[in-house]
Amino acid sequence: MKYGVNEHGYYGDFGGAYVPEMLYPNIEELRQQYLKIINEPDFKAEFDLLLKDYVGRPSPLYFAKRYSEKYGANIFLKREDLNHTGSHKINNAIGQILLAQRLGKKRIIAETGAGQHGVATATVCALKGIECVVYMGEVDMERQAPNVSRMKMLGAKVVPARSGSKTLKDATNEALRDWIANPVDTHYIIGSVVGPYPYPDMVARFQSIISFEAKKQLFEHTGKELPEYVMACVGGGSNAMGMFYHFLDDESVKLIAVEAAGKGVNSGHSAATTILGREGVLHGSRTILMQTDDGQVVEPYSISAGLDYPGIGPQHAHLYKINRAQYTSVTDDEALQAGLLCCQLEGIIPAIESAHALAQLEKMNFKKDDNVIICLSGRGDKDLDTYIKYFNY
Amino acid sequence: MNRLNHLFAARKGNLLSIYYTAGYPELNTTLDIAEALEKAGADFLEIGFPYSDPVADGPTIQHSSQQALDNGMTLNLLFEQLKNLRKRVTIPVLLMGYFNPIVQYGVEQFCKKAAEAGVDGVIVPDLPIYEYETMYAGFFKSNNLSNIFLVTPQTSADRIRKIDELSNSFIYLLSSSSITGGSLDVSDSIENYYKRIKAMQLKNPAIIGFGIGDNATFKKACEYADGAIVGSKFVKLLESENYLEKINGFIHSIRTSL
Repeated sequence: MKYGVNEHGYYGDFGGAYVPEMLYPNIEELRQQYLKIINEPDFKAEFDLLLKDYVGRPSPLYFAKRYSEKYGANIFLKREDLNHTGSHKINNAIGQILLAQRLGKKRIIAETGAGQHGVATATVCALKGIECVVYMGEVDMERQAPNVSRMKMLGAKVVPARSGSKTLKDATNEALRDWIANPVDTHYIIGSVVGPYPYPDMVARFQSIISFEAKKQLFEHTGKELPEYVMACVGGGSNAMGMFYHFLDDESVKLIAVEAAGKGVNSGHSAATTILGREGVLHGSRTILMQTDDGQVVEPYSISAGLDYPGIGPQHAHLYKINRAQYTSVTDDEALQAGLLCCQLEGIIPAIESAHALAQLEKMNFKKDDNVIICLSGRGDKDLDTYIKYFNY
Repeated sequence: MNRLNHLFAARKGNLLSIYYTAGYPELNTTLDIAEALEKAGADFLEIGFPYSDPVADGPTIQHSSQQALDNGMTLNLLFEQLKNLRKRVTIPVLLMGYFNPIVQYGVEQFCKKAAEAGVDGVIVPDLPIYEYETMYAGFFKSNNLSNIFLVTPQTSADRIRKIDELSNSFIYLLSSSSITGGSLDVSDSIENYYKRIKAMQLKNPAIIGFGIGDNATFKKACEYADGAIVGSKFVKLLESENYLEKINGFIHSIRTSL
């Protein structure tokens, strides 16, 4: 793959494995094993079966007729919201739990922001009867209380991260500290295409099922091999990387990644990383991150907890820098309006994360016969409170 | 040869190094603490520059880092403070911190500034060997700065050899695979790890860190290595009132049994 990772874990200038020596053996074990394991026939068979019978894949590629009329192009929604647990996060969690089992690990740790990845991880741990510890920022635990309860019902222990800003980046730090202290029997299921190599590549491969299916489904709908546009929201960037993956080498396909502008790019309350960030090192990889002139990580803001991350995955940083994908951003207000429009035009309540991608439709200049695929990464049940408060329903 | 090399050439065993975070508990006492430590008998110093996301550190050093940042500590300010370092302190000094602030400062510029201030070495826990070797080693060498690598009980023999080859002052042996601020592991497997390293007859001396905080643990560490590093326990002392006056007693308590 032209845009894939090299043998040292880099995508152009980005990636690598900037971890302290205490984590080196864990990362090295994964690096040596992950491709071997995920290419074994037995692994593939179990992964495919669970995705089909447990997750409910393939997720539909839905031709959104009323959206299409409104925006003057053929708009297709890739329905990751219909997956078991309500988002694309389960694809990666299934892949990594099968990998952890084959590595002989007895304990799983994970970080979570909004709780979607935590719920997906708790789910696959229940499925496999493996101990599960999820780190979650204390502030996020209050904001996303129902997901905390869900994880507990599924048998996971939820540990509040009380350091720093008490949100996703701090939950990630705590999970890394746990892994340092438990290097032998524990596997860390990172939820996005971030972290030290091989995580960005491994998570992208597990999420690539999204574009693998979408490509075939588009052909069934239209008889065309390729769409003109593929669009997705980006926090760390796992649904976007899964949605872009099998289109990366098809240079005619325009890839649009939508970041969260929060209250506005220049408001001081934003998570638009490619605009506000600079190159540096975060959570083990060289990437683009929001930081002060002195290199301290800045706490981002978005109404969507899943996009509220100060960095982006290293492959996204690369696609941005070489202009293979276009990175843009929409505000809280634009996303919430787009979420409501999706309810009213298509009868689908989208996650606020996914609503960011939908909001970008307003800003596009499509030609009449353009085929456009948008990743509807998750359902909006978890966001009902936010929608209800905003629109006063 | 820098001050570290001279120290290790002149003295074998029982070396005591102290870590503290610059800008904590007060913004401008970095050199006062260094001076007090030298007077009290510390053999070399590790001055930490704070980072918002210190993944290898436990609660004590996390807290000191956050407080230092809140106090306004930056790399620019630290180098400003260090302009007088060699007027007040003669023992070897290392800077310790995470890689991102160095990247923002500019790795080459950082090395230059450190050397100008009279710094002898740098410890960057999250700068990996591959990146150091292929991109940055030149900046360290041309400024006569030692880069210190960590070794843990899980580090393979091949990798320890590689680290020994890349090092030119000492190797930092972690007493266990943990974050900072834990207690000293004295299990058989850890003893075997120290013995294994001693048997390798490395060209660089080894200093043990993590979990050292009193005379018993210091003595234990010195049985297996050329010295030990005290971090969290000292940072805790700095939380107390009149901390500068307590430094002498603290160092004395590490050196001698009660």
